[in-house]
Amino acid sequence: MNDVLILGKVKEGALDPRTLELLSAGKRLAGGKGGGFSLLLMGDAVSAQADEAVSHGPDKVYKLEHPLLRGFRPDLWLAALEQACRQINPRILLMSHDFVGMELGPRLACRLNTRLTTDCIALSIDPESGLLLRTKPVSGGNAISVFKCPGEPQMATVRAKVFDPSEPGAKKGEIVEIRARIDESMIKVESLEVVREDVVALDKAEVVVAGGAGLGEADGFELLEELAEALRKSFSNVMIGCSRVAVDKGWISSDHQVGLTGTMISPDIYIAVGISGAIQHLVGMTHSKKIIAINTDPACNMFKVADYGIVEDYEEIIPALIEKLEEAS
Amino acid sequence: MTELKIIVCAKQIPDPEAPLSDVSVDTVKLEVLVDAPQVISPFDENALEAAVRMKEETEAKITVLSLGKKVSDTVLRKTLAAGADELILLEDEAFEKLDSYSTAAALAAAIRKLDGYDLILTGRQAGDWDSGQVGLILGEMLELPCISLAREIRIEEGSVVVKKSLPDGYERVKARMPALVTVSNEVGELRYISRTKMLKMIQGARSIPSWSAGDLGVDQGHLRKMAIATLSSPPDMGRSCRFMKGPIEKQAEELAAVFKALR
Repeated sequence: MNDVLILGKVKEGALDPRTLELLSAGKRLAGGKGGGFSLLLMGDAVSAQADEAVSHGPDKVYKLEHPLLRGFRPDLWLAALEQACRQINPRILLMSHDFVGMELGPRLACRLNTRLTTDCIALSIDPESGLLLRTKPVSGGNAISVFKCPGEPQMATVRAKVFDPSEPGAKKGEIVEIRARIDESMIKVESLEVVREDVVALDKAEVVVAGGAGLGEADGFELLEELAEALRKSFSNVMIGCSRVAVDKGWISSDHQVGLTGTMISPDIYIAVGISGAIQHLVGMTHSKKIIAINTDPACNMFKVADYGIVEDYEEIIPALIEKLEEAS
Repeated sequence: MTELKIIVCAKQIPDPEAPLSDVSVDTVKLEVLVDAPQVISPFDENALEAAVRMKEETEAKITVLSLGKKVSDTVLRKTLAAGADELILLEDEAFEKLDSYSTAAALAAAIRKLDGYDLILTGRQAGDWDSGQVGLILGEMLELPCISLAREIRIEEGSVVVKKSLPDGYERVKARMPALVTVSNEVGELRYISRTKMLKMIQGARSIPSWSAGDLGVDQGHLRKMAIATLSSPPDMGRSCRFMKGPIEKQAEELAAVFKALR
């Protein structure tokens, strides 16, 4: 029963939230065709997380522990994952579309001579062929393509936050230890150092207040920051985003940029101020749960993807909004 | 020191800066139609910029490869204006809508025809299908060390040293060349090219070689197309914009209520 295999990940000593989302995706896929689903955890020590994972109901939790799998070293992880896949032989393999999945996915697909679809937002089984239907936004989210490819494992990387995280249940899976033969000679790319930076982790934001060309000047971001501050009384993680134009004009640093060449985000609320909505920007934010657009041009594209629209000068509506938010809190 | 041979793979795509209204979807032919000029995919421009910077530091030759059913040399000549030494178009009807694996296979065939290489650079993903696979698959096929998401690339005595982007910082990694590196936007945008220089390059007499599948020795029967089952316009995601109306005061109040409900 190795129909669906999920590559899990450990983060800060627990199962990564993305892994919980994949577990619920796997559960749904397996349920739809009466098959099973399993989880693979790799690392130097993943026993505690394997114990945590069994309560999410996979048939098996494969535990692949090796001292060389400490930290993500792609060459070694790839070799171990390839060997695990050859042992487990899954029909479907899912990974998260994060820096691990983005690197291992294409390389593994090449080694296993199968095809991968990246950044999927929906997955289902084609009732006729029994193949995995992989739904992916393309052309900046302006088209939705469904891919259906023969060859196993059928591989997909899955976008963050499109599946609800799995909740623990009564069904308990079985832990199975598997082994991989890896050694240091497999390392072609050597790690010299890892440098942690204080980055604007836009993808972690609950609310993003973003500004674009329509702000007219760098000072516009000060008003957006005031709005962000007012929202912080009600929301925990409010950040400032921007369009590429705002970066090009030198109004704000590039780590705030949302879109194809910036960060791809899906916060609970996205507030677009003076952003008209070029394709490359929309691709980065159309999957936000709620979108609020403020723009003086009622015909601009941002309103086509927004839930709420305000056709006013931002310099008038935002101070009024801040006042109302302050009153309400 | 011997000359560093850099290959940059660059894809021609419709301008991703185009507004949404210029895009339509042909659900029968399974094509996205964009009424916008063709450009070089943004991350591939970043890759070229990285190459040109290396050429400023050390003696180097930059070869640009661009693959497609039909590639516009007018668009791609920009790479020569920016500092590339050689441009080769890989053009064939058979190259239409190839999947990532076959695209990489055709690029690999072209690369094997070249007179050796030290470094292959690709963008981290193309700006149309956003797949992010060709570079890494190419590296696997050529059995090279693969480094993804580069934000800075330097050459050190036969090795490439890369600052690779992580979600919360970066990792400095090192590999012996030849190697493959996929390049991220943090590297920086392609340098400004003056209109005069651009025009000179476009109107220049220089002929640009074009290689077909046959020239590459690629068996067309083995080229796989993208396995698209359906292509559609995005569902409106249940979104229809509710416009606030009335005096500013009232609109602000309504919007504040929206935030309160979402809290």
